[in-house]
Amino acid sequence: MASPSRIDLAAALKDAAVAAAIALGLFGLLVGLRTEASSTSELELLPRPLLLAIMVAAVAAGRLLIVLLYQSGAFEIDTGRFISSDTKARIVRLSRFAGPALLLFALAMPFSADRYYLDLGILVLTYVMLGWGLNIVVGLAGLLDLGYVAFYAVGAYSYALMAQYTGLSFWACLPVAGILAAFWGVLLGFPVLRLRGDYLAIVTLAFGEIIRLVIINWSSFTGGPNGITGIPRPSFFGIPFIEGEGGFAQTFGLEFTPLHRIVFLYYVILALALLTNFVTIRLRRLPIGRAWEALREDEIACRSLGINTTNTKLTAFAIGAMFGGFAGAFFATRQGFISPESFAFMESALILAIVVLGGMGSQVGVAFAALVMIGGFELFREFAQARVLLFGMAMVAIMVWRPRGLVATRDPSVFLTEKKTIPAEKVAEGRT
Amino acid sequence: MNPWEQDPILDLQHLTMRFGGLLAVDDLSMQAGRREITAVIGPNGAGKTTVFNCVTGFYRPSEGMIRLRHADGAEFLLERLPDFRIAKLGRVARTFQNVRLFAGMTVLENLLVSQHNELMRASGYTLLGLFGLPVYAHAERAAIERAKHWLDRVGLTSRADDPAGDLPYGGQRRVEIARAMCMEPELLCLDEPAAGLNPRESEELNGLLLRIREETRTSILLIEHDMHVVMGISDHIVVLEYGRKIADGTPQQVRNDDRVIAAYLGVDEDAVEDARAQVQP
Repeated sequence: MASPSRIDLAAALKDAAVAAAIALGLFGLLVGLRTEASSTSELELLPRPLLLAIMVAAVAAGRLLIVLLYQSGAFEIDTGRFISSDTKARIVRLSRFAGPALLLFALAMPFSADRYYLDLGILVLTYVMLGWGLNIVVGLAGLLDLGYVAFYAVGAYSYALMAQYTGLSFWACLPVAGILAAFWGVLLGFPVLRLRGDYLAIVTLAFGEIIRLVIINWSSFTGGPNGITGIPRPSFFGIPFIEGEGGFAQTFGLEFTPLHRIVFLYYVILALALLTNFVTIRLRRLPIGRAWEALREDEIACRSLGINTTNTKLTAFAIGAMFGGFAGAFFATRQGFISPESFAFMESALILAIVVLGGMGSQVGVAFAALVMIGGFELFREFAQARVLLFGMAMVAIMVWRPRGLVATRDPSVFLTEKKTIPAEKVAEGRT
Repeated sequence: MNPWEQDPILDLQHLTMRFGGLLAVDDLSMQAGRREITAVIGPNGAGKTTVFNCVTGFYRPSEGMIRLRHADGAEFLLERLPDFRIAKLGRVARTFQNVRLFAGMTVLENLLVSQHNELMRASGYTLLGLFGLPVYAHAERAAIERAKHWLDRVGLTSRADDPAGDLPYGGQRRVEIARAMCMEPELLCLDEPAAGLNPRESEELNGLLLRIREETRTSILLIEHDMHVVMGISDHIVVLEYGRKIADGTPQQVRNDDRVIAAYLGVDEDAVEDARAQVQP
């Protein structure tokens, strides 16, 4: 790269010309030619030289601008220049309140919001919970799991099928759904946890697909691609949300509105998510949580200290899967309808993206990332075609500027005299 | 009879380790005495670290027997145990040639991870701990006390809350020893503990190891290149060359052994004899 503040116009022009040539090659056939059915219903090739020229010129000009800006040193941003260490400390102090503030907001939300925002809130909280569940596996134990949605599916189908075949209530099925998902986590974990890094990722990816394919093809039991309909809606601990005699509204002397059920669902998922959070925070301070993080840092050292690494990984997998299962059961009861389509790989990727963007291992970061990703995705609903592109670009940008996620620092689980936050670059990422 | 043969904590019999066609350790038999400091030395590639990895279970020996005997008489055949069980049941702790700390965790956390099994039991395998029962809080306080004790021993109490990766190299080496000692091991295996230390630090290391021998029931097995450390503190030295034992005895005996000198100088034994003859006519 040219040294800053020395502008080399010739080099910049050359660079722009190369970019223009590449653009010409790329756009030449894609944009420059258009096939159109003529009046005699024959295909005709319409050359569009002007459009092509404009696009190539735009690329060249843009490249020239970028190179010139680079050369003038405009991109060499020194964050220390903008943000003094004083401000930084203030930001860190303020960020302590981010968690409680988010929680307060979440608690108060149903009182002022309409149906649309409540539904959105439920969706966001579902992903917060999934993110926190996956965070145990990926963020703490450092095991890259690309098939997390499988456990979500196991939970959802466990509840749906149990409700269909046995007629048990949501609250009775919820623990069973979690236990079944954890059981599948252990079952998957046994053979694959001796694999490391990329290999583990591929096998978990395959596992996610296997579960989905089994659900699709075992149609006599699971309903196949048609899914399961008429899954019972949750009741207020036995009191159904219906109009009239014995309903929730009448029992509590309220005026009936369908919103009651939504608000109830909202608080259910909030409670489930907070349970996930509470358990994770608790586990981090227990030997098992410390062993997970140690495992992420150095597996060989763990074994030299007498830690059974297989069991430790399995517990992480099982507990992560269990929370996925809870979330799945909730998803089933909220939707009233589930089908294999809801458990495609895209979901796994989205949950993993939330964990990675939020900062692996950070609870607040993951919650915030879920809010931004899912909420933001909803807000841009009008720009349906551009929103995936937009989000792709946003993710690239975050990964460039904050490669370890929004909150990448680590809080020690125990301290002697003073709690010091551990900077991001010291903390190992999941490799094992 | 040498003292280390009377009640050895570690008894290696005909230990052989092959990697394909390479014979890394060839029919090695040796003992390490209880509450002694035993050093394994030898030129690079002599198979010292391989012996270590066999003892600590990171390798499974091709042939031979490794018997560990605790002071209470419990016996373990280490070649049959997986590595983490050797650490857990055999109470064998080790350090690594290139320090392996949990760099993103604090020094104190590092020392707590090494007390994992004990704390797991106290936390009722997580279940009791999850509900915040006082049993676990007690155990954790005790674990922190033990960590404090060893931090004090290695002189790093003031760095307890810093990430382990932030410490200078010498400090990291000391943390690794403290971490191993927090397991209250019967046998402590140190893989080149003085590598990369300056003379003052290696002097301190000598003091630390001697103190461990005096104050705890831990026996020490160490690999070292630093002759100052080896000769200064070892009770018993085993010399390896090309995977074979060429000498075994007290520092005095080993120091004057022609084969050892030849191995270290990289010459024939005869050359050493000739040289001796010239120096001391």
